[in-house]
Amino acid sequence: MNVSFVAIICYLLGISAVVGLNAVILVWLERKVAGHMQFRYGPMEVGPHGLLQTLADGIKLVSKQLVIPDKADKPLFLLAPVVSLVPIFAAMMPLPLSESVQAWELNIGLLFIIALGLLNTLGILLAGWGSNNKYALLGGSRAVAQILAYKIPLLISVMTIIMMSGSYSLRDIVLAQNHGWYVLYQPLLFIVYITAITLETNRSPFDFSEAESELVAGFHTEYSGMGFSLFFLAEYSYMFIAAALASILFLGGWQGPWLPGPVWSLIKIYGIIFLLMWFRWTFPRLRIDQMLSLGWKILLPITLVNFLVTAGVLAL
Amino acid sequence: MGAGSTVPPIIHFALLEKVFNQARANSLWPLTFGLACCAIEMMHAAGPRFDLDRFGAGVFRATPRQADVMIVAGTVTEKMAPTVVRLYNQMPAPKWVIAMGNCAISGGPFKLDFNYNVVEGVERLIPVDVYVPGCPPRPEALVEAFLKLEEKLTGKRRFPGAPEMPRRTQDAGE
Repeated sequence: MNVSFVAIICYLLGISAVVGLNAVILVWLERKVAGHMQFRYGPMEVGPHGLLQTLADGIKLVSKQLVIPDKADKPLFLLAPVVSLVPIFAAMMPLPLSESVQAWELNIGLLFIIALGLLNTLGILLAGWGSNNKYALLGGSRAVAQILAYKIPLLISVMTIIMMSGSYSLRDIVLAQNHGWYVLYQPLLFIVYITAITLETNRSPFDFSEAESELVAGFHTEYSGMGFSLFFLAEYSYMFIAAALASILFLGGWQGPWLPGPVWSLIKIYGIIFLLMWFRWTFPRLRIDQMLSLGWKILLPITLVNFLVTAGVLAL
Repeated sequence: MGAGSTVPPIIHFALLEKVFNQARANSLWPLTFGLACCAIEMMHAAGPRFDLDRFGAGVFRATPRQADVMIVAGTVTEKMAPTVVRLYNQMPAPKWVIAMGNCAISGGPFKLDFNYNVVEGVERLIPVDVYVPGCPPRPEALVEAFLKLEEKLTGKRRFPGAPEMPRRTQDAGE
């Protein structure tokens, strides 16, 4: 690989800008969506339509006291938000926003992103263990328990797409959808995938690891100020990555008429993110056993049967 | 700085503190914490009709580590008092307290000679920044308390054009 030092700096700056701006927009959007779902307005007074709300929240969180519990495992406690956040910078590199806007064309890009996405759970587990708090520990262990329930259906649905496109490279997967988006061929798989990324990004109705009515605030119960905001930065960035993957795998990535590629990419990504927010503010939370039986008894058989049928049709 | 700041800073950076206070005033996250019937009015203040989230104060955090404002909404009994103090101590500085309703201010209707189990005002336990009288106060009153808290932080009222409420003089009350 012949990448110059300047190019690496440029990539890092670009990815940091995407991570930061995305979080600022999504926190604001979440509160506005929450407001309008409940016949409220949401933030209105801080800037025009509350646009500066996230900025105020961010500055406030920076200026808050950082509490480290007395009997916490201090290195793990401080490391956990960083472990949660850092893999994002690597996972964003192979994401193509258009044919030319891509930091790193990697031939196993899909595998790379899914593997790094698992590190988020490690961060949650470290936070749960390091806090020395029973609610945090329960939240952390729940995050680990649910990993298998959604990762296997998610990976099998991704395998089906790989089988259809014949490549692990995200750019090739988009280019293979020239004749028709995969959502038209695999509508059922798209629903399974959206369910799986709702689970992956820890959002209601599957927010078991931070279930407010059961576990106070779950794995980040003991985190104040910056630690808490780093976790939220990570959560919203994983949401962006998961939605970007959904748009690339099923909705044809940057493909679309009239508008330029990056605009189409962003429209699709934020459309899927809006869908996830819609879920969050309309569905009540499931019980943990209901989620596990949903993962093992419904999603897994659907994806397996779909995989075999697709393989049969492709072989014919 | 609010009543909750533990150690006063050695050096004051005027501009930085101004920016911080402006930000704090615009994102006062309350603690999800209700003690009695005033909590119902507190929930209404966050609901669609009054909508505290307009001012950035609608993010009710369940954990005290992420909260800025404790709304003592209801009667504090002797049994609950240690928990109230503990929750207050668990909040990271800077932190503020709103005493909502007559019970939290002075014991309210439960302040009787033979009542052995009521703390007569939460100010006996923790420092209070804003008092909201009423039994229970309407949600507007709680919104007004948040505006007062913002005024305390930034020195300016959010809606300067709004008419002032008529103030009762000291001897007219009680």
